[in-house]
Amino acid sequence: MAKKLMKGNEAIGEAAIRAGALHYFAYPITPQTEVAEYLARRMPEVGGVFLQAESELGASNMLFGAAASGKRAFTSSSSPGISLMSEAISYITCAELPTVLINVCRAGPGLGGILPSQGDYLQSTRGGGHGDYHLLVLAPATVQETVEHIMMAFDLADKYRNPVMIFADGLIGQMMEPVDFDAVPVSKPMDHSSWAATGAKGRDPHIVKTLYLNPIDNEKHNIHLAEKYERMQVEARHEIYGGLGKPELIITAFGTSARVAKTAIDQLNEEGVDVALFRPITIYPFPFKALAELAKKKHVKTLLSVEMNSGQMIEDVRLATQSKKPIHFFGRQGGIVPSPEEVVEAVKKLL
Amino acid sequence: MSQTIICKPEGMRDNHTHYCPGCTHGAIHRLVAEVIDELGLRETTVGVAPVGCSVLCYNYFNMDFLEAAHGRAPAFAVGMKRIRPDLNVFTYQGDGDLASIGTNEILHAANRGEKITVIFVNNAIYGMTGGQMAPTTLPQQVTTTSPMGRNVEEAGWPIRVRELLSTLRTPAYIARGSSHSPQWLIRTKQYIRKAFQYQKSNTCFSLVEVLSTCPTNWGMTPVESTEWLADNMIPYYPLGELKTPEVEDGATKKMLEVN
Repeated sequence: MAKKLMKGNEAIGEAAIRAGALHYFAYPITPQTEVAEYLARRMPEVGGVFLQAESELGASNMLFGAAASGKRAFTSSSSPGISLMSEAISYITCAELPTVLINVCRAGPGLGGILPSQGDYLQSTRGGGHGDYHLLVLAPATVQETVEHIMMAFDLADKYRNPVMIFADGLIGQMMEPVDFDAVPVSKPMDHSSWAATGAKGRDPHIVKTLYLNPIDNEKHNIHLAEKYERMQVEARHEIYGGLGKPELIITAFGTSARVAKTAIDQLNEEGVDVALFRPITIYPFPFKALAELAKKKHVKTLLSVEMNSGQMIEDVRLATQSKKPIHFFGRQGGIVPSPEEVVEAVKKLL
Repeated sequence: MSQTIICKPEGMRDNHTHYCPGCTHGAIHRLVAEVIDELGLRETTVGVAPVGCSVLCYNYFNMDFLEAAHGRAPAFAVGMKRIRPDLNVFTYQGDGDLASIGTNEILHAANRGEKITVIFVNNAIYGMTGGQMAPTTLPQQVTTTSPMGRNVEEAGWPIRVRELLSTLRTPAYIARGSSHSPQWLIRTKQYIRKAFQYQKSNTCFSLVEVLSTCPTNWGMTPVESTEWLADNMIPYYPLGELKTPEVEDGATKKMLEVN
């Protein structure tokens, strides 16, 4: 199929439909509202369910009920809405329901602002709600990659019986780019009939629950989840970009800030400055091993984390490099996307 | 030749409940299970358990169940029902769950006319956490968080859920029964039957409030509890059907005439 020019938020909605997810519950919030607007029109055309909930609490708990049926279901929101959804996300993760959540991240804390941000990095990668759990988090940098991630996300959610989050931001949601929906093959949804609540016809009842009053049972379930997150580590993905062979400085950046960093690196490489980008594509699991391998090379003298927050990813960069090389930070906050010139300047200051 | 006169409904499991002596949850469970049996719905039912004393009700009901976050049972039920309109979906909720932390979810589920059934058990107190004031606690009623009795100047008046939801324009079946006497258990079962029938015929949202007792946290014997319910709760929470989908209330009629 030919490429189609689409707004990020609309492409998010279409990608989910292409992945066979025909059940969507959401509440309007800027800058992701167009996902809901697009699906309000589109779901009836494909025989799906679109429901505007009374709140993000409502939407995310409806998602639990929907996912408990074993069918593909999803929701989308933006930062303050994701905070409200954190209750349901904790329950969904505990009950091991395969679902997909899309965060079109905006600036916080509080109401913050409606412009692009990466301020929810720690919230997304550490769980976000109560208890020991993780989401598998994909961090796309373009509209095309967002589409591909969403289509993969449903398979990953099925595979691990765990919610998968797409960490987009206001820039990805609002910009228009050409997209090709055929770039990712569509797989078949997994058969969940062994646990889903579908009516106890000719079998024992299925109970989808999260309460374990006996601490021995609760510990056992927590260990089971922890083992799953361990298995999930093989899904860590990354990209290395640019450099002239022996980069002195490695920029670490994900999503939109990685995209900006690429432009800066192109310019620096052209000037003969040997700088490369390490971009985590999954931010949970974080590609620790790959970054450790790169950072331990002799020619790498220093690292620079470029983010649209106050440096939340530095924790993971430090874990990967064991603080063996100095880690610097350049970031913009409050909804400001750093310019390539600013990144170039930040790099030059360090060399 | 022996003949079975009465037996446990198929909709109930053969488990002992954890409920306190004199608590009427068990009787209300049975009414629901009997109706589901009689309507032939057991194999196509998904129940949603609340947070509160009846959180473990799936151990007693013999059917598929979800266990909701506190107050969110209607949202869970909506998610399931919207995807599987062929299933019979109901929530079983207490007064803390439905009338306090879950007011938003129940109000909007009712207002959208979701084709689910809600069994709302009102015993005027938080049971599982040990007897705190609920939105339905009566004026002057003593609880652990209203040790001098509920002060309506501070805590407001008890919420009448049946009346509150009946003001919505969206058609619904909303009734209040009680568990304090055999007569009212029989009538309440009729309400529950109607509620599930309205769902089965895809007619409307349905909610049956059932007044119940909490001897443990009220500090009374089971017999005293049923008497206290009859003498104190029923005057404030009148019994009966308040809204049926066939009859529009006066205010709505007037509004339609004006428009």
